[in-house]
Amino acid sequence: MKLFGRKEKATGEILAGGENAIANKEVEGLSQGQIVRRRFFRHRAAVIALVALSSIILFVLTSLDTKIGPIRIPGWWKWTVEDIPELRFEDCPGGTTGCPTLSLNPTGDFGMGNHPFGQDDIGRDYFALVMNGARRSLMIMFVIGAVSGFIGVVVGSISGFYGKRVDAVLMRLVDFIQTVPTIIIAAVIGKAAGRVGPFFLALFLGILGWTGLARLVRAQFLSLREMEFVDAARVAGASNIRIAFKHILPNAVGQIIVSVTLIMAGAILTETALSYLGFGVVAPDVSLGLLISQYESSFTTRPWLFWWPGFFIISIALCVNFIGDGLRDAFDPRQRRRITKKDRLQAKLQIKAGE
Amino acid sequence: MVEKNVLEITDFNVDFWVDGVWYPAVIDMNLGLAAGKVTAIVGESGSGKSTTALGLMSLLASNARMQGSVVVKGEEMLNAKSSRLREFRGKEVAYIFQEPMTALNPLFTIGYQIVETLRNHFEMGPKEAHARALELITMVDIPNPEQSILKYPHQLSGGQRQRAMIAQALACDPALLVADEPTTALDVTVQAEILDLMRGLKDKLNSAILLITHDMGVVADMADEILVMKDGITVEKGTADQIFNKPQHPYTQQLLGSVPKLGSSKKRELPYKESAKPAPVLKLTDVTIEYPKRGRQPAFTAVKNFSLEIYPGEIVGLVGESGSGKTTVGRASIGLLPVKAGSIEIVGKEIAGADSKQLSAIRRHTGIVFQDPASSLNPRLPIGESIGEPLFLAGLAKGAELAHKVEELLDQVELPRSYRNRYPHELSGGQRQRVGIARALALTPDLLIADEPTSALDVSVQARFLELLQELQGKLNFACLFISHDLAVVDILSHRIAVMQNGLLVEVGDRDQILKNPQNDYTKRLISAVPVPDPKEQKIRREARLALKK
Repeated sequence: MKLFGRKEKATGEILAGGENAIANKEVEGLSQGQIVRRRFFRHRAAVIALVALSSIILFVLTSLDTKIGPIRIPGWWKWTVEDIPELRFEDCPGGTTGCPTLSLNPTGDFGMGNHPFGQDDIGRDYFALVMNGARRSLMIMFVIGAVSGFIGVVVGSISGFYGKRVDAVLMRLVDFIQTVPTIIIAAVIGKAAGRVGPFFLALFLGILGWTGLARLVRAQFLSLREMEFVDAARVAGASNIRIAFKHILPNAVGQIIVSVTLIMAGAILTETALSYLGFGVVAPDVSLGLLISQYESSFTTRPWLFWWPGFFIISIALCVNFIGDGLRDAFDPRQRRRITKKDRLQAKLQIKAGE
Repeated sequence: MVEKNVLEITDFNVDFWVDGVWYPAVIDMNLGLAAGKVTAIVGESGSGKSTTALGLMSLLASNARMQGSVVVKGEEMLNAKSSRLREFRGKEVAYIFQEPMTALNPLFTIGYQIVETLRNHFEMGPKEAHARALELITMVDIPNPEQSILKYPHQLSGGQRQRAMIAQALACDPALLVADEPTTALDVTVQAEILDLMRGLKDKLNSAILLITHDMGVVADMADEILVMKDGITVEKGTADQIFNKPQHPYTQQLLGSVPKLGSSKKRELPYKESAKPAPVLKLTDVTIEYPKRGRQPAFTAVKNFSLEIYPGEIVGLVGESGSGKTTVGRASIGLLPVKAGSIEIVGKEIAGADSKQLSAIRRHTGIVFQDPASSLNPRLPIGESIGEPLFLAGLAKGAELAHKVEELLDQVELPRSYRNRYPHELSGGQRQRVGIARALALTPDLLIADEPTSALDVSVQARFLELLQELQGKLNFACLFISHDLAVVDILSHRIAVMQNGLLVEVGDRDQILKNPQNDYTKRLISAVPVPDPKEQKIRREARLALKK
C-alpha cells in the first residue's frame, strides 16, 4: 500500500475539488487571453524570437537619426548614410579596401572599431547602410502586414458572414488576384515606385497579399456562423454588424494574428527579392535586398558586404516565423504540453519522495 | 473448478500528467469478467469510465501512466510489447465506440473495413474475407447485405452504422467486447434494437461484454454485474439486482434517485380550464417548413402541416426521434427559420413573413435555451455580458442598472454573482445551461423554447436543472415548448405532450393520456422502447416489446 500514499492524498484533493477537478485544474480562473499568453511563453523558440526581434528593432531604430516631420531624434551611431569618410586600407585581406573593424576577440582589440561592418566602394560606412536598409525592410514588412491584414479580414468577414452571392463574387475576386503573378506585377509597379518611394511599394504589395488571409477568415466565419451563440445573439436582437464584429470576429482573432505574422515573414523576403532584381527599392535609397544586389560581384573578394544584410534578412524572417509558430500553438486549444523525459523523471522522483 | 475469467483487472490505476502534476483518473480498480457475462461500468462524465476502457489495451494518450495489472485470457496486457498488443486488439478485445460516424473511416466502404480487420488477424484470401464479411453483415441484420457491403458510412443510417461497427468488432470472434456508450448517439427505438442485437450475439458467440454507459436504463437492460464509478474510484460493485434494489453507497443511491423514471411523476393540473381556454401564447397553424435546395440536393420538407397551440403557463413537451423535425419547429417558432406555408403567431403577432423590425419586437416576448452548452455561449464574452445582451439590445437597461439586473438573473438561476466575470469555458456543462436559461429569461418572456437543454448533461446535473426550470416556471409562469428526445424528462416537466415523426405531428394530448394510453402506433413503439432503470421491470417490458414486434 506504500505506493499509494501519495495517491490517496491526491484523490482527497480531487474529491474536494468537486466535479471535473482535472478540467478545473486546467482552467482555474484564467481568461482566454491569459491562457494564450501562458502557452506562448512556454514556447521557447517563440519567446527567444520575440526577444531577438525586439532587440533588432530597437537596435536598428536607435542607431541612426530619425526624422519625424521637423523633429530630429539623433541616433547613437557616428556616421550617416550620406557621410563619406576615408577608406580604410590597412590590415585588409588580399589587398581589398574597407574591411570590417568589428572584433569579437575578447583578449585582443575587442570592440566595434571605426567601421564595424566595413565600408563600401567609395568609403561610406556599411553599418549605417545596413541599419538604414533594415529600417526600410522593417517598415515595408509592417506596412504589408497591416494592409493585407486589414483587407483580408474585411473581405473574408463579409464573404463568410453573408455567404451566397456576396461570397461567390468576392471569392472570384480572390481567385483573380491569386492568379496574378505578384513578382511580375510588382516589378512593373516597382519601376514606377522607384519614383514614389518604398512606402507605396509596400502599400501595393499589401494590396496583392491579402487573398490567403481572406480565405482563412471566410472559412472561420462560415463555421462560427453556424454556432448556437450566433443564433442566441440574433434572438437577443443583435444586428448583423454587431454579430459579425462583437460575436464572430473575436473568435477568429487567433487565426488572423497567426496568418498576419506569416504574411509579414513572407513580405520581407518578397521585398528582398524585388530589390535584388532591381524592381523594389532603388538607389540612392537603401534596402537589404538592394545592398546584396549591388555588391553581388564582390562576393569572393569582400564577403562582408554580403554577410551583414543577409544576416539581418535571415534573422528578421526567422524571428517573425518563430513568433507566428508560437502564436499558432498558443491559440490552438487542442495543443497540449508535451511530456518530456524530464517531466517523467521528475514525477518519479516526486513519488519516491512521497514514500 | 472455477471458470477462468476472460478479463481480470487488479489494482488498476491510470494517471494523467497535467501541468506538472500526475492526476489520477482511475484509482485501484478491480474487476473480473467471465465469458458470456456483461459487466457495466456506470458513472457520470469525468468518472474514468472511458479511460478504463481505453487503458485496457494501452490506447490512452501519451500523457497517461498505468499501473496494476490487466489480464486478458491469461496474458498480461500492461507493458506488453506493442506488437503483441496489436495482435490482441481487434482479435481478442474489440471495441464499439459511441459515434459510429467518426469511428468508421468515411473513405472506405464498410465491407472493406471489415475485410481489413479480418485480413489483419487471419491469413485469409480476399474472396474468403469478403464472404465472411457478408456473413457478419447478415448476422447484424443490416438490410440487403449484398448491396450494403459496398456502401460508405455516410450512406447508412445511424443505427445501421452502429450495426456495421458491431460487425467489424465481431469479425474475429473476440473474447471480450468493450462497448463504450454504444447507444448514446442513437434514438430510443434504434437503441432498443441494438441492445437486442448485442444480447443475442453475446449468447451466440459467448463473448464477455464490458459495457460503459451513463444510462441506467441501458444498464438495467443488459448488465449482470455493475460497477459504479465516481471520480476514478469504484464506489460500489455488485450484481444488477443488488445495485438497483439495495444500493449501499450514498452516491449510487443519489445516482439512481436522479434518473428520471417514465410514468412515475405526480399528476399535474393544466394551468387553465379546458372549457375556458385563454388566448394561446404560441399558435402554429398548418406550418410547413422547407430547407431550400442546395446545388444538386433537392429541397427538403422538414415539417409538414404542423399545428399546435401553447397556452399561458403550460409546458408542452415535443418529442420525436432525431430528424423528426422537432428542432426545426422550435427554431421556426422564434423566427430563426423561414416558414413556407401556414402561420405562426406569438402573443397574437404573426411571425411568418415578418420583417426584421417586427421580428425583433416579437422576440422580446420569447427566449430560447439551446441544446449544446459548449457552443451556445460566446467563448470570448464573460457570461455576465452574454446574459445582459438581450437587455442591453432591447434598450431596457444600461450601465449600473444592467449590472444589477444581471446579478438578479444569476441569483434566479442559482449561480454565484461572482460568476459574471467568468468565461464560458470556466463553467461546467450544467452551469453553462443555467447561464443559457438566465439569458433566455432576461426579457421575462411569455414563451420559452427549450431545445434539448439537458441532452448534454449528466443525470444528477439534469435532475437539478429540471428542478430549477420547474421552479422558475412556477414563479414566472411562462409558457414553454420543451423539445426533447427523452420521454422520461418530458414526463417530469410537461402538462401536455406532442409526438412528431418524419415532420408530421402524429399525436398530441395530455401527458398521462400519451404516456399511459397512447393511441398512435408510433407513440406506442416509442414508449415501449424506453429502457426503465429497473432490471425486473425492464425484462417484462422487453418481452412485451418483442411480442409487439412479432
